[in-house]
Formats: sequence, structure tokens, C-alpha cells
Amino acid sequence: MSNEITFTIDGKECTGKKGQTIVEAAKENGVYIPVLCHYDGLKPAGTCRICTVRVGGRNMAACTTPVAQNMVVQSNIPEIEDMRKAIVEMLFVEGNHMCPTCEKSGNCELQALGYRYTMLAPRFPYLWPVREVDASAPRIYIDTNRCIQCLRCVRGVTAKDGKHIFGLVRRGDRTAISVDPELAAKMTDDQAQKAMDLCPVGALLKKEVGFAVPMGKRKFDSKPIGSEIEGN
Amino acid sequence: MGNVADAVKKSVKKYGGDATQLLDVIRDVQAAMGCVSEEAILQIAKQLDVSRVDIEGVVTFYHFFSKQPVGNYAVYLNNSAVATMKGRAAVARAFEQEVGCRFGGTAEGGNIGLFDTSCIGMNDQEPAAIINGVIFTQLTPERVKDLVADMKAGRDVKDMIKTMGDGQNQNDLIRSMVNNNIQKKGQVLFDPYEAGSALKKAVSMEPVAVIDEIKKSNLRGRGGAGFPAGMKWGFCRDATGNKKYVICNADEGEPGTFKDRVILTELPGMLFEGMAVAGYAIGSDEGILYLRAEYAYLKNYLENILENLRKKGTLGKNAAGKKGFSFDIKIKLGAGAYVCGEESALIESAEGKRGAPRNRPPFPAQYGYMGKPTIVNNVETFCSSVKIVLEGGDWYSKMGTAQSKGTKLLSVSGDCKKPGIYEVEFGMTIQTLLEECDGRQAVAVQVGGPSGNCVGKRDFGRRICYDDLATGGSIIVIGPERDLLEVVHNFMEFFVEESCGWCVPCRAGNVILKNKLEKIMHGKGTAADLKELEEWCLIVKNMSRCGLGQTSPNPIYTTIKNFREIYEARIQKDKDYITEFDLAASVKDSCAFAGRKPHLEEH
Repeated sequence: MSNEITFTIDGKECTGKKGQTIVEAAKENGVYIPVLCHYDGLKPAGTCRICTVRVGGRNMAACTTPVAQNMVVQSNIPEIEDMRKAIVEMLFVEGNHMCPTCEKSGNCELQALGYRYTMLAPRFPYLWPVREVDASAPRIYIDTNRCIQCLRCVRGVTAKDGKHIFGLVRRGDRTAISVDPELAAKMTDDQAQKAMDLCPVGALLKKEVGFAVPMGKRKFDSKPIGSEIEGN
Repeated sequence: MGNVADAVKKSVKKYGGDATQLLDVIRDVQAAMGCVSEEAILQIAKQLDVSRVDIEGVVTFYHFFSKQPVGNYAVYLNNSAVATMKGRAAVARAFEQEVGCRFGGTAEGGNIGLFDTSCIGMNDQEPAAIINGVIFTQLTPERVKDLVADMKAGRDVKDMIKTMGDGQNQNDLIRSMVNNNIQKKGQVLFDPYEAGSALKKAVSMEPVAVIDEIKKSNLRGRGGAGFPAGMKWGFCRDATGNKKYVICNADEGEPGTFKDRVILTELPGMLFEGMAVAGYAIGSDEGILYLRAEYAYLKNYLENILENLRKKGTLGKNAAGKKGFSFDIKIKLGAGAYVCGEESALIESAEGKRGAPRNRPPFPAQYGYMGKPTIVNNVETFCSSVKIVLEGGDWYSKMGTAQSKGTKLLSVSGDCKKPGIYEVEFGMTIQTLLEECDGRQAVAVQVGGPSGNCVGKRDFGRRICYDDLATGGSIIVIGPERDLLEVVHNFMEFFVEESCGWCVPCRAGNVILKNKLEKIMHGKGTAADLKELEEWCLIVKNMSRCGLGQTSPNPIYTTIKNFREIYEARIQKDKDYITEFDLAASVKDSCAFAGRKPHLEEH
């Protein structure tokens, strides 16, 4: 029995495998669907909703929805694209994002999506929340002003016995990423680096290293986000 | 109060070190120590051998857990819109004056704490509060004076109740002042039947035949979403798994609903029988009643009902005399979170975690509680299934409308003379209901609670059913003297408070919507603001992950549709743009600090 699935995204014939999500299958077919919380190899979380697509008239997150035979996916349509842009704007106003002073500038996926969606100023008024900064762990610096709560760190960096180093606390608009202080204190250099690499923004930084790659020579400085998939 | 480590140890031991019982452990520690301190969190993490941040995540998720001391007497005063209509402001002021602190704090050397809380399921007898688990209804400023005096004197909370409510509220195991307010008994739920007869009949049938009967009845989920119950049971029966669960969702948190409270008080045997019927039908031996924390005052009573059912042989091994069929039910308490009414969030919570909904697929019928096939149904759904088994699916489907069969329990509150419970056949018009509850002067009716639809007079001829105006049961009558936007604002505050925080559009979007609404309410809105407000509602509805965010803009969205003139009267038509920025408010703190008056130029 064949595991191959055929489906379309915005009319383009695509093939995928049973069990793949729309985001994964789209990528293999050269179709870029924007993501923030998704990270290859991590269990999907569906927190950011920027990968929302329309299937059969219903909106669903492409990172958590499996592809199905003959599925008709609408992705790059004005209505969806505008709502994706709105998500980027919501993230900018719900946190405190000061790109010019951020170590992640140029490597930041949120910033890169801001450029992709030609966001000049967010349509929503800034909320200017008071957010916590935690520099108590020896190897990692946590600035929740920049956190978009994608949960990549929660999913991707755990202690040896599988315990969560990172986790969500509180609820509603007070929800935040926090750490188990003892487990955070025991993080290795490799774990700190991994956390920083997973973090799409500048909320998690490895201590004692800064601007190792100068601005102007960073990931999105020369090529816009998505170009690695779209190939232009 | 004892030592934190000992309190934790005692509770962890009581639950066999089972991390899925985390909510119970936290509740015990909170009761013993008055709060769940950093030290308590550390101890729980150590003794359950889980990460500290996971414990902190759960403690800080639920409204009734607190890292700060809540007082020997913790007063949780309902802040639902109907509580406000019924005089909550004066009651809250009286509490603050008598106790000597603002809401959100404690006074009297930490003896008494005052806290707001989302709808506690007492909308028919507001203003109401929960003090150490005991419900106090129809509060007045005078009554508050007495209550605070009693608390200052150190009286037992149970002894502060002066009058008992009706029916089983007077039962020795409840002894509550809550009233049932059953205004109308219909032919399904409130028509008496012989207890145990439905389960006896069910076990004489093939399980699939039971499911077929439910399918034939077209019974739809009574929590509000309306998913066909028979189909859900069928999916779960067909799912592979060596263990299956039946969960009853008794976490009615939609502001304005209180019907399940009355079923749990007056018809608990029928509910448990319905769960057993479902257990037989899907091939499950274990049921869980997930009871909202606000209804914890019913727990001992319900436990006793379960014990009696075991003694009678309705539950337990060879239940209802059926060889090889075992079924028992346990009760799990929530801890204050509206979102746990969403079935997958409820399952997470029952597993001792934060009550955030799961991504679907997989659906609970395949992967539910503890990863096993699970059905989650509403209290009223299980009760209805009892009558369907007894009387047949055809009998049931003769009642109602084309797509909504049977009867529905409505919780009616607000500006009407006869608030309470109405069992009505689906298809009743709003107008007829308003006549029955004596709310004829209504200018608006909130159908289905804040997440539903706010309709005006021109829609009063519409029908209550899934095909037209759907409701999980909440009906709030709004009279001509109310400021509808104040009601809408109350609902938006509710959603901001109750969003689980998982996804961006719901977490940030509801705050943004509430702020924009406030701008218009404060007379600083323009036509552009109103247009944006409506557009932004659609962003939150379309992009949110679960039903909460998909419906949370409805208070604004449906009132703009149905009462646009109210918004238009509040905006400044001659201006194109008014800034959100408030210079006077922005310099208020620094001016106060410097002892100067702000020098503000007209801008």
C-alpha cells in the first residue's frame, strides 16, 4: 500500500507522506508556509498560529494538521496573509521588542517575518507590558520582554532525565516562560547554545558571548526568511 | 499551621506519589498552609520527582491556588455581569470597608482575604460569594457587615449560614443556602423514573444497540458545541485500547449557566446511571466526574450517592447484575479555570496538568485521558441518555426541531422576575421564554453566555436550538436600564482573565479588543476605531486555537452587528483620529512624586 498522498496548496499539485503535517509536506514541495513555534524535529505546539491555512473553508494550523489525500489547502491568499501579518504585529505589541539593541537582530525570525510582511508599524497599539529578566543561571540569560512563548525551549531542551528546564507559568496575558532554577543552573554550554539556537527571538541568550557574528552578516541580512524553501 | 515539608509529604503519600493527582496535592497543601509558597512548590517537586517549573506552572494556572496567603477566610466574590446588575458594587464596597483592604489583598493580620472570581454558577441568586468553599447568595451590604463580624470573631463558616436552600440543598451532606429555583419541569430530565431501570435495560441489550438508540435519538452534546453524542460514543467504542474512560464534564463555567448545579443537587443518581450506560456502551469500566471547584460544596454528598449506588450494585463489579461488566466512578475536582470546560483541556487538568487544550487530531475518542480512548460528555447529556435508553430514540426525536431533538435545560438570569431553571423543548422562541420568566421589558438577551450571541428585540422571534440560536444553557436577560457596553466589557474582562495563554491571538488579541472597546466607551473612539474593532474580532475568531478564542470576540462582534447604534452614539463622528495616548495619565505618577501639577498643552 502506498503511503504517498497527493494534495494541492493554492492550486499547486503536491505530494506528501502519510503522517506528515501540512507544514512539513509543503516544505518538501517548495512551498513556504510561515512558522514561528514550529521547529523541525520538535513535537508541534500550535502556539503562534501564523501557519494558519484554510482547508475546506475552515482555518487550521498547518503545523499540527496532517495532510490528507486530495486535501485542498489555501495558504497564500490575501485574507490569510493579512491575518498572519496581524499575528506578527500582535507579537510586537504584546512584548517589548527593541530590535536595534537586540543580540538576535538579523537572526531573529520574528524580525524577519516583520520584513516579509512589510510591517511598518503594528496596526495595534503597543501594550508595553512589564516583563521579567532572569540572569541568575550561570550560562543562560532569559529576557521575557522578547519572548513569544513558542515553547521551542520547553520542548527542545530538557534535563538528562527528561525533566523540564523551561515551562509555562501563569495564564492569560500574564503567561510567561520560566525555569526550574536548579535545573537551569546545571545547564551545560551545549544546552545553553541549543536553547539560544532554538529560540526564534532574543529571549534566550548564551552568556559571555555577544555579537560573535557582526550585524550585516547574519542569517536574514542577505536572504529573507522563507527563501531557503521558495528558492529565490 | 504545621511544617510545609510535612504537609506536602502527608498529601503526596495520601495519593501514592501519583503526579496525575497534582491538583489534589496542591489543594491539600493550600488548605493546610493557607497558600502554596515557593518552599511548598519546591517540596512538591522533590517529592513527586518532577520539575519545579511544572509545579509552579500548575499552581499559577488555577484561580483557587495561590502562592500568597489568601487568609483564614478567603472570600471569592463573583464578578459576573449579572452579579453587577444585582448590586455587586455595593457589596464589594461593604466588604472592603468592613475588612479594611481592597480586593486582591488580605487584612486583619492576614485573617481575611478578598478576591474577585469568575462566574460561580449562582447567577439566579446574585450577588454571591464563596468563603472557604461555602456559598453565600443574595448578599447585601448589611449581610456583609454580619459576615465580616463573624469572621473577625473566628466563627466557623458553615455556622454563618442563616437559612437553608430548597430541596437537597438541605441534605445533611450539603447544608447550603443555595436555591434550586426550578421554574419549569419538562418531560425528559425532570419526569421521574425508576432509578436503575435504564442501566438494567441497557445491559440487557448489545452495547452497539445502546449506541444505535442514542444515534437514533439525535441527542447532541449539551455543553454548547452540540456534537452528536451517539457518534462520539461510537468512535470511542471502535477505537482500539485496553482501557477506556467515561468522563463527565461538570465544569460549567460559561457565565450565566447553573443548570448542572441543579442536576448535581437533585438528579445525581440519574447522572451516574447515564455514565454507567455510556460505560457499558463503549466498553469502559471507569468513569470520572470532573467537578468544578466552585461546586466542591456538593462533593461529600455526591461521594455518598456513589457509595449508595455501589451498595445497591448499580456500580462496581458485575454492575446492574451484568456478569463481566464492571463500572465505577470517581470524582476529580477542578481548581478554577473556565477553559477546562473544553474537553481536551479538561483531560489535561484531570491528569494533573495546566488546563490548556490539546492540539487535535488526535481526538479524545482515540487518545484521551491517560492516552486512552475517552468520551467527555456534559452532565445533561448523560442524564438525557438515561431517558433515551428507557423510552427509545424515536420517542426522544419526536421532540424539538429538525436538528435539535429533545429538551434543553436553560439557566435564566438577569433582568427577569423568575430567574432559574427551565426545561424546555428545543425550538422555543426567545419571546416565549421572556414571557415565562417575566422578562418582558428586555431590550437584549445574551443567548449562550458571553461566547454566544447577544440579540435584540427584532430577533426575539428566533428559536432556541442548534439550527438557530444555540446555547449550552446560559440565557441572560438584559433590561432597558443597563448600559449594554458595560455588560460587553465585563464579558471581555472575563475572557482576558480566562484565556489559557497558549496561542497568540487569544492571549494578546482579547486584551487588544478590550482596550479598543474601552477607548470607544471613554468617548475617544472614531468611526475608524469602530471599523477596526469589528475587523480585529475576526482575526481573533479566525486564528485562535480552541473554542475559547474562536468565540471570545462574540460579545463585541454580535453587539456591533445587532446594536450598532449604541457604538455609533459613543464615537466622535467629526474626528478622523484620536490617539490612545493619554498624556495626563502618563505623567500622573511622576507629578504626584514631584508634588507638581501637570502642565498640559492642548494637543
